[in-house]
Amino acid sequence: MSEYHDAANVVNPEHADHHIVTPLTYCIVFGTLLVFTGITVGAAFIDLGIFNPVVALAIACFKAVIVILFFMHVKYQSKLVKMTVGAGFFTFLVLVTMTLTDYMSRAWGLW
Amino acid sequence: MDNAIVATHPHTHETAVAVEHEHAALPQHRHHFETEQQQREAGTFGMWLFLLTEIMFFGGLFFSYLLYRNWYHDAFVVASNQLSIPLGATNTAILIGSGFFMALGVWAAEVRKKGLLVLFLIITTVLGLAFLGIKYDEYHEKWEKHHIPGAHFDVSEFVNPHAYGINEQPLAPDMAQKTQVFFSLYFAMTGMHALHMIIGIVLLCWLTYRAHRGDFSSGYVAPIENFGLYWHFVDIVWLFLFPLLYLINRHPGS
Repeated sequence: MSEYHDAANVVNPEHADHHIVTPLTYCIVFGTLLVFTGITVGAAFIDLGIFNPVVALAIACFKAVIVILFFMHVKYQSKLVKMTVGAGFFTFLVLVTMTLTDYMSRAWGLW
Repeated sequence: MDNAIVATHPHTHETAVAVEHEHAALPQHRHHFETEQQQREAGTFGMWLFLLTEIMFFGGLFFSYLLYRNWYHDAFVVASNQLSIPLGATNTAILIGSGFFMALGVWAAEVRKKGLLVLFLIITTVLGLAFLGIKYDEYHEKWEKHHIPGAHFDVSEFVNPHAYGINEQPLAPDMAQKTQVFFSLYFAMTGMHALHMIIGIVLLCWLTYRAHRGDFSSGYVAPIENFGLYWHFVDIVWLFLFPLLYLINRHPGS
């Protein structure tokens, strides 16, 4: 940063300094992912009724989020990149919700 | 005195970064970017836009799975229980390991350790191939049992499970046919995932060659970093495929 004189801050408005994630962080994330893989397999053999898929998906979402934040460095990125990632998943959820409302309402009351 | 001029005309490229133009063009700083950070940010942004299209692509498949699983729930439960949890869990661990070494590879490139980078990329590739090997074994079993959808599909294990020593409720013949829908989605989803991995492994070989040549050991890490994003994305798809295809039907509950 400091090698440029950039008083109006046009070059790097967010001061997004480049961050190198350490191997220790990666090791912790790796361990967490393996532990939660074990948990999700174990949970599959316990009868939780309708919560079996819910628990499995919640664990999958948690694992995905820590992969995105740490392995994919989103935690250390600029707001632009964070917004881009968030907007993508949000749009996906909107599409799923709208398509589901369509399918569910077609046979309304007939099930 | 220079400072005053720059402060008044902050957008004047020539004054703001005049020094830069004396450099030879670096791959991490092409001349149309103001700074290395800006080029890097632009690259990351572009890579994420590509990954968003991939989310939508796989999202369509996940949605089909959600819908058909609700429509043909009984068929999906027994067909899903045909899959091997030990193989699926092993593959999950292998793929997480592959992603871990890819992340370490990005670190090695950032701290400019060429030997470690090449090593980590090779481990990533080997683990990716191990995943595909196990996947091949699973596909082969489905082939032998005639569980590939189509003219030769065999429903006998679903119509009469007890004769095969399978502890499931027998399905009526019409519902048993719907197990083909499960296996179609199973092959479509894991197949597209495997195709992404094959493309990734080809790219990994090319990146390993370039890393060995020393392309990524002098501050130019964008190809490694952006490939890492792709590889982790493929991991994430599997993190959802594994519970949805293998796990959630063991105790159907309702």
